[in-house]
Amino acid sequence: MNQALATGVAPRNPVIDLERVNVTFGGEKNKTVALAETSLRIEKGEFVALVGPSGCGKSTILKLVAGTLSPSEGHIFVTGREIGANEVRIGMAFQNPTLLPWLNIRDNVMMPLKIVPPFKHGYAKKKKGEYRERAEALLAKVGLSGFGEKFPWQLSGGMQQRASLCRALIHDPTLLLLDEPFGALDQFTREELWEIMQNLWIEKKPTVLLVTHDLKEAAYLASRICVMQARPGRIIEDSTVPFARPRTIDVSFEPDFVSLTQRLRERIVAVRAVKEQQP
Amino acid sequence: MKPDTRRRVLSACCILGSFVAWEAICLAFGVSDMVLPRPTQAVYTLVSQFPAIWPHAFQTIYTTLVGLGLGILIGVLLGMLIGSSRLAYDVAYPMLVGFSSIPKVAIVPILVLWFGAGTVPAILTAMVMCVFPIVVNVATGLASTEPELQDVMRTLKATKLEILWNIGLPRTMPYFFASLKVAATLAFVGTVIAETVASNRGIGNLMMIASSSFDVPLVFAGLFILAGLGVTLYIVFSAIEARVTGWAVRSDDFVSNG
Repeated sequence: MNQALATGVAPRNPVIDLERVNVTFGGEKNKTVALAETSLRIEKGEFVALVGPSGCGKSTILKLVAGTLSPSEGHIFVTGREIGANEVRIGMAFQNPTLLPWLNIRDNVMMPLKIVPPFKHGYAKKKKGEYRERAEALLAKVGLSGFGEKFPWQLSGGMQQRASLCRALIHDPTLLLLDEPFGALDQFTREELWEIMQNLWIEKKPTVLLVTHDLKEAAYLASRICVMQARPGRIIEDSTVPFARPRTIDVSFEPDFVSLTQRLRERIVAVRAVKEQQP
Repeated sequence: MKPDTRRRVLSACCILGSFVAWEAICLAFGVSDMVLPRPTQAVYTLVSQFPAIWPHAFQTIYTTLVGLGLGILIGVLLGMLIGSSRLAYDVAYPMLVGFSSIPKVAIVPILVLWFGAGTVPAILTAMVMCVFPIVVNVATGLASTEPELQDVMRTLKATKLEILWNIGLPRTMPYFFASLKVAATLAFVGTVIAETVASNRGIGNLMMIASSSFDVPLVFAGLFILAGLGVTLYIVFSAIEARVTGWAVRSDDFVSNG
């Protein structure tokens, strides 16, 4: 670790590399440590889930990697270069679909192509042809073919979330950040979207960092699960998920799967209990 | 009859009815047309003296539209600045509030001093009148943009200008059009104030001359023209608004257009 620090900005292999990152909010008096001495490495093509109680800094890690938040201490490398200096393509989906209400679904999905290089060059020319087909093809994959002309408010929550996933993936991101994107959906829609998400990942193999508090979701989707604790936020366990892909929802009823989620659950409950004793 | 048509017919009847009532009350109590002319007298004057009134009406339309255009331009630019910069907000807002509290009649003489009597002070007064609501609304629209929408753009590493163009401005459109309807009517007020004080053309001037010669029906004809112009402009902006910002009211017309 020290050696890694010494080499500074030298290129390295992992897509995400957090080195002893601290994030604190507030001043001297009411200082809140959102993230303490956290190190996390994610290799290319991995699907990593962050789980933990609320306030443990899951979303903080996501914001750090997305570049919308700066660390108080430590370094964050994305594709080998310090955050901010790199050209990595990031796709992100949030808990709310956050679709733009004045654009129809297809234009919403095409939005990243308008912003992100190299796609944005010649956007005006390609938006009627190549990009439009690209968006329609992706929409078809999530079961939204024929809905391109609709506006977000004409779609159900689950459908909006599918469109939001399409928007996160349209520009072939190297890194996909998911901030509880299935959290606000009902159980059946959620399971449906897990399957869609898995298929998209198998096909495009982006590196994924998923924040969730649903352990079943983490175990179903991820290849690696990091458990976090709160106050101060840190990663306390890092385990791989062995199940073969493509996983079906039936996997979640197998003994191995159940015991994995049980174990993670106990872990989280335990750190929560300790925290409550010493407020 | 469809409920929609029914509603329209009913409202048209009520509006027409109020004029009929006005007419009837004037006739019943024998109100002198020096005090309150009947609507038919005003309309008769309007039609019979149309060739004389028309150049004045045209002048008023012209100055109002130019003033409104300038007001929109300056208002939007200033609103964008205030809405996206904290410093600009702190500096410009108190100044704007102070400035808009000044009665506009008071600044017309100053404008006349600078530019001479005539068209220019009228245009500038119309502009000054309509800038404030536009600035306030555009700034509010920009400042109240959901941070989640901006986060979407920020993770894509969009520049500030791209965020403004793709999120801020479309998001602000409903606010902008709401202010435009207020601004359009205020612009007429501004023009007429300036014309009354310092001009030899325009409806304001016409009404002033008419009232000084006790031609009250002509004064009312002028008022009718102003009201009519205001309503027309309002309708035009409403129509544009329905097309551009239908998403905000979730109108089905918008969907079929889009």
